[in-house]
Amino acid sequence: MVWIHTSVSVKAADATPNRWDVLALPLVIGLLALIAIGGRQMAAPLDSIATAPVVLDPWMLPDYALRSTLRMLAAMAASLVFTFTYATLAAKSRRAGMLLIPVLDVLQSVPVLGYISFTVVFFLALFPGSVMGAECAAIFAIFTSQAWNMAFSFYQSLRTVPRDLDEVADGFGFSGWQRFWALEAPYAAPGLVWNMMMSMSGGWFFVVASEAITVGDQTITLPGVGSYLAEAIAQQRLDAVGWAVLAMLLVILAYDQLLFRPLVAWAAKFRVELTGSQESPESWLLDLYQRTRFFRALFAPLDALIGRAIWWRLTLPRALKVGTAARPLTRWLDRVPARWVDGAWYAALAVVGLYCGWSMVSFIASGADWSDVGLAFLLGGATLLRVMVLIAVASLIWVPLGILIGLRPRLAEAVQPAAQFLAAFPANLLFPVAVVLIVRFDLNPDVWLSPLMILGTQWYILFNVIAGAAAFPSDLKEAVANFRIRGWQWWRDVMLPGVFPYYVTGAVTASGGSWNASIVAEAVRWGDTTLTAHGLGSYIAQATAEGDYPRIVLGIAVMALLVTLFNRLLWRPLYAFAERRLRLA
Amino acid sequence: MLNTVNTTIFELNGVRQAYPKPSGQDYVVLDDVNLTLKDGEIVGLLGRSGSGKSTLLRIVAGLVRPTSGDVRHHGEPVSGPTDGVAMVFQTFALFPWLTVWENVMAGLKAKGVPTKEAEARAEEAIDLIGLSGFESAYPKELSGGMRQRVGFARALVVHPEILLMDEPFSALDVLTAETLRTDLLDLWMERRLPIKSILMVTHNIEEAVLMCDRILVFSSNPGRVAAEIRVELPHPRNRLEPDFRALVDDIYGLMTARKPLPPLASPTAKRPPAHAEPMVQVSTNLLAGLLETLASPAYHGKADLPHLASAFQHEIDDLFPIAEALQTLGFAEVAEGDIHLTEPGRLFAESGVEERKRLFAEHLVLRVPLAAHIHAALKQAPNHRLPADHVLEELTAHMSDGYAEETLRAVTSWARYAELFTYDDESESFGFEDAE
Repeated sequence: MVWIHTSVSVKAADATPNRWDVLALPLVIGLLALIAIGGRQMAAPLDSIATAPVVLDPWMLPDYALRSTLRMLAAMAASLVFTFTYATLAAKSRRAGMLLIPVLDVLQSVPVLGYISFTVVFFLALFPGSVMGAECAAIFAIFTSQAWNMAFSFYQSLRTVPRDLDEVADGFGFSGWQRFWALEAPYAAPGLVWNMMMSMSGGWFFVVASEAITVGDQTITLPGVGSYLAEAIAQQRLDAVGWAVLAMLLVILAYDQLLFRPLVAWAAKFRVELTGSQESPESWLLDLYQRTRFFRALFAPLDALIGRAIWWRLTLPRALKVGTAARPLTRWLDRVPARWVDGAWYAALAVVGLYCGWSMVSFIASGADWSDVGLAFLLGGATLLRVMVLIAVASLIWVPLGILIGLRPRLAEAVQPAAQFLAAFPANLLFPVAVVLIVRFDLNPDVWLSPLMILGTQWYILFNVIAGAAAFPSDLKEAVANFRIRGWQWWRDVMLPGVFPYYVTGAVTASGGSWNASIVAEAVRWGDTTLTAHGLGSYIAQATAEGDYPRIVLGIAVMALLVTLFNRLLWRPLYAFAERRLRLA
Repeated sequence: MLNTVNTTIFELNGVRQAYPKPSGQDYVVLDDVNLTLKDGEIVGLLGRSGSGKSTLLRIVAGLVRPTSGDVRHHGEPVSGPTDGVAMVFQTFALFPWLTVWENVMAGLKAKGVPTKEAEARAEEAIDLIGLSGFESAYPKELSGGMRQRVGFARALVVHPEILLMDEPFSALDVLTAETLRTDLLDLWMERRLPIKSILMVTHNIEEAVLMCDRILVFSSNPGRVAAEIRVELPHPRNRLEPDFRALVDDIYGLMTARKPLPPLASPTAKRPPAHAEPMVQVSTNLLAGLLETLASPAYHGKADLPHLASAFQHEIDDLFPIAEALQTLGFAEVAEGDIHLTEPGRLFAESGVEERKRLFAEHLVLRVPLAAHIHAALKQAPNHRLPADHVLEELTAHMSDGYAEETLRAVTSWARYAELFTYDDESESFGFEDAE
């Protein structure tokens, strides 16, 4: 697959007025704090939930794997609903977009596992005594790993719908519903599907992490591959870890073949470039469906129903009339006091933001003092240093390798799926192995736990660079050969700039993933042994284990702040530079 | 013209489209445009890019609301997308994820036409426009000509009263465009199209004369109707006929006539400073090429624009900017559809690279106020640097953002050629060449 989309927030630079970030951060964290406060109050008399104990019998794994997959799909459905509403609102209303996009940016910076810490008590309280609450918390955690970049991708597509197609829709009087399903959603489909797949591939990590959580004195295990792994760790059974790894491999393979590829191949038809020359992604399952009369007949009624639903005329004639009558009003609103309406809107938002920020601060202050804040920032610095060093090391290794692989089409074809597969594989399944090794050789956890953070995410760098090198124009390659450019000059003047835009895409994803992974990677267990590295991730993990909410909020606020700053000060300028100077064709 | 008794379908009076600008003056796209569209006629809007003709088309379609003026459809004021109009686009604007059949059906489905009737109408339109057999194809499988046929079928299938066409043939190659034109004209003359009138935007003078009953010639900046021409030639029209040629020549003359100073809206209104005139980017290679062509023995320093246009297959949007740039720079004079070299122009054509650059720089400072303005500002600046943003800001006070950028790009590329000053993309600022 050689088409890569980025929809990480770095791309939305133009759409994001900076002063809104100042508001967005306290707004998001403050709201989460409010949820945590509410949940804790509700949760006081909560009974611990009786769940079926997880058994380490390998024959139970198919059942567990199925449950994990279902959680994943439920989260995907929720993410789609979120994307269609949130991103649409942000794209259609200038004022909403002004707030929603920076908020999305912050939501994306909050570590995914942080959401669990906040919300698990809330969800448990929502369904007292039922396993439903824990399920919701896990699904919500997976949702938070998927929804944001899907929403970003969809938002960007909505903002770039070609003007002529828009005018066709206007000219034929498409209703809002018709416009959305006949024009906007199809136009956004390739980017959205790609991001869905990237999200799901990142999601397995969080499925594993969220199935067995301990918050304070509450330990919740949901039957699944993740809880199977947790049980294996508790019982120190390496063979069971092996079975979990195998089960996960099979699940990801199946999901790739049965869902990923068919979807991507199908979405290719929505690409707008009217040239038919590009190679299109293929899927045997989609071919099977499209070329087998039986399957087509089976799904024909569904097809027809969808076809009809798209053209539903939801606008009632009367509503239309009301619309025309209201038009002078909206025109008046649009023209005269735009500044006042804006002003009122800003003021309202500022008040809400201040309130949320204040409640966040006062909540943190209820259980932590200035020394804690200092400590959190210090540990944040340690984690930041780890992320930077790891990204640099991974880049030094994978960029040259990726370029060499990408320039050999046959090799690239073989390596590319493997790299994408490895990116999807939840690296936390392999953590126990690392712990065993560190204990065995008595290594320093501060150093040797760090590579775990990038274990699963380094592949994003690799397969993006491969894609970039594979897409390097052949006329340029010929020119390079013709002028005998080689050695250091070949790297510096030709290949490194050539793959740079792709590299940045991969590195942004890898760095985001590493921040997320730090919460589980800086504090790992094997039976009774717990290895901890000093860092913000282990700080949050520890606070979560102790149910110390003020410190959870503090740690997550600091991490969200650091991630946002890191994106703003490093990745966004790099991305802008790549777009401006180095984009080939 | 098909009918003798013509009812008015569409009427625009005193239409003005303007956007407020920080300088206090509005940036005017269309000014005081009147237009009536009657039953049974093809009306062409002819003009350069920037003359607002596409905007006018969208006002008729109800997609754009004019700042002021009266727009009436059958005597009713228009608000929102007009009923009974359908548009054909220069870019085809087909939904790439729908087949030909589904594209044609889209408009009918949106309107909620019952399936049976919709299918019958779609089939009829597809047959009429010569698309049978292509129903299941996706747009990307089709050639440009076939794609535009889908565009026509999709517009006709809703049985619009007026067919709007926005440069429908300009994205096609010459032969395909001609086939589509004659096919459409034949259907129109045989009255087989389910429409009453056609309003088309074009920048191709011959196309306008070939197809239209009436041509409105637009002047640019702001867009105004400079002339209205009736074409009484009988169909089918022959491009080689003397009457046809004469009319084409006349229109060339009209469009190259020296622009009279636009009358001031009120005597107190400020005029924008001289350096805030919009300019079109024209490559110096094209300028040199035309000068050399004119200086060659084949032309002896003087040429007929329609002749040049057909000899080099240039449409007016390609040729006029070159001719006008030469005129601005004082290398050529354009009048009455002819272009002839000036003395400096001849000198330029006969000189070597260094001398050309010197001459170009000299004329640039003398005749292009914006170049002179930047040059002077650079000289005064203590470190001899000038941020591009400053200049852009000055320009956007008087014109749209797009024009301001284009104008600045034009001057930058000329100044680079003349080595008058340079532009550094990294720091986004103007400066002088260091090597001097």
